[in-house]
Amino acid sequence: MLGYMTRRLVILLLSLVAAAIVLFVLLRLLPGDPANALVGVGATPEQIEAARAQLGSDQSLLVQFVAYLGDLARFDLGQSFVSRAPVIEEISRRLSVTLPLTFAAFFLAMLLAIPLGIVAAVKARRWYGLVLSVVSQVGIAVPVFWLGILLVYQFSLTLRWLPSGGFPLRGYEDPGRAVQSMILPVLTIALIMTASLMRYVRSATLDVLDSDFLRTARALGESRTGALMRHGLRNAAVPVVSVLGIELSTTFLGAVVVEQVFSLPGLGSMLLLGIQQRDYPNVQGVLIVSTLLVLLVGFLADILQRVLDPRLRKEGGR
Amino acid sequence: MSAAGAAGPRRSRGGATYLLGLILVGVIVAAGLISFAWTPYALSDMAGSRLEPPSPAHWAGTDRLGRDLFTQLMIGARIALVVGCGAVAIGGAIGMVTGILAAFATRFADDALAAVFDILIAFPTLLIAMLVVAAREEASLGTAILALGIGLSPIVGRITRILTKQVLGQDYITAARVSGTSWGAIVIFHILPNIVPFLGVNLALQFGLAVMAEASLSYLGLGAPPPNASWGRMLQEAQSTVYTAPWGAVFPGLALFALVIGINLLADGLRDRLGRSGRDAG
Repeated sequence: MLGYMTRRLVILLLSLVAAAIVLFVLLRLLPGDPANALVGVGATPEQIEAARAQLGSDQSLLVQFVAYLGDLARFDLGQSFVSRAPVIEEISRRLSVTLPLTFAAFFLAMLLAIPLGIVAAVKARRWYGLVLSVVSQVGIAVPVFWLGILLVYQFSLTLRWLPSGGFPLRGYEDPGRAVQSMILPVLTIALIMTASLMRYVRSATLDVLDSDFLRTARALGESRTGALMRHGLRNAAVPVVSVLGIELSTTFLGAVVVEQVFSLPGLGSMLLLGIQQRDYPNVQGVLIVSTLLVLLVGFLADILQRVLDPRLRKEGGR
Repeated sequence: MSAAGAAGPRRSRGGATYLLGLILVGVIVAAGLISFAWTPYALSDMAGSRLEPPSPAHWAGTDRLGRDLFTQLMIGARIALVVGCGAVAIGGAIGMVTGILAAFATRFADDALAAVFDILIAFPTLLIAMLVVAAREEASLGTAILALGIGLSPIVGRITRILTKQVLGQDYITAARVSGTSWGAIVIFHILPNIVPFLGVNLALQFGLAVMAEASLSYLGLGAPPPNASWGRMLQEAQSTVYTAPWGAVFPGLALFALVIGINLLADGLRDRLGRSGRDAG
């Protein structure tokens, strides 16, 4: 297990370097010299030349790449073309909106989805089991921004209980309004994620209920619930854990879109603004940080999966 | 659910959901196909007054420029289907082949492929698609499909790899190997039948995700430019007038919802059938 973790950690680091390379290439493939974006329309050739020297984009790609890796290693993501502020500062400010939004929605979704998914499988032939299955089917097909718009229509415009969007200028120093403006976005993402997670939990539990080892446990006299608790859930957890990482990333992406619905100043709106303004350092910074977060989540999900399923551990099988 | 106890009720329910899925997808496919030959109005024809509610003249009402929303919905169906099919075909093919290869590969190659999946998954599809679409002066549907398809492939690959490895750890694989079955036959007769039901569910989800991702791009203002009426762009335009004209936000969302749920129901029906025939064969 320790050997596996070391190897997995090396892979994680290699992945990060590879991701940095892909991103570097992708952003250099974009049309236009970033220097043009820096100096704006109508700049003289001398100004453009000066901007290129300042950015280092007049140097060879290799030199640029080495400098870029060095900056990354020091967590220096450069400065925004537009605001001239260090990208890392802007990102940490934006993350203070996006991360709470993502995690609140994700944990609310897990809290709802795991028990409901198990019930949907175990009580598949009772009416409430059927209703739960239908709800998870229905929920997965609801576009997240549509649900956002409908919730705004109902709870902000019609009932006037909650703000329809925006975030207090003073942020969390205005905790009441900050929390208020997060309720609808969190709810929007969490409801969709609950449906999606419930499907996996239900499907995995159904497979386990169908398994030989559970039938054997029942034959040896264990009750249905007892057998499921003792042998079933651990087995059902394996496929579920393997999608948890992906689900968390999806939640994060949902946040990107939902931030737009509710005009929240998070990472998603930073990326969108960056793309519109051709603010490459900001775009690159957001993509690097998102990639880092998703890779870490994948790493943790893999480790957790091994802990749960000894079969994956034997003979160094992966 | 135990196989013996539930075969009866499950079969009929599976049939009903399968049929419902078929109807929902069928209606949308029909709408998309008919839109090539006929739509109630021309797409950019300001045929009514602004923000009309649904009426016999305008079945889904009109937008803020007085254009017919039902016409836009029909054209939107066409776009959603093309995006979904294209992205799943690209992503499914790449993902399944690489996933099975990874599971069979030597430890080093498997690690390398697993790392590649992780790296690619780590590039959130939607963000990359946003970047690619925004980078092009002329946003095109083809670019979006390719970006979404490639974006989906590592997810399919990762799940295929994990599922294949689980199957490979089973005793009957060892038994098959000992009795001289070739690896090719093992892939076809043991691995595919065991992973396809789970993957089928997943591919349906991916179809839905691709359609949703395109709608999200359009909603964010990064979709195919007018006159392409995407459901996502319709929702974006309707959001500002949702209080006075809620139907403008309801219908495109319902259409998206119907397509995605229809596909999922079809896949679920398929999963039940595959699961049953798999058990019968075994």
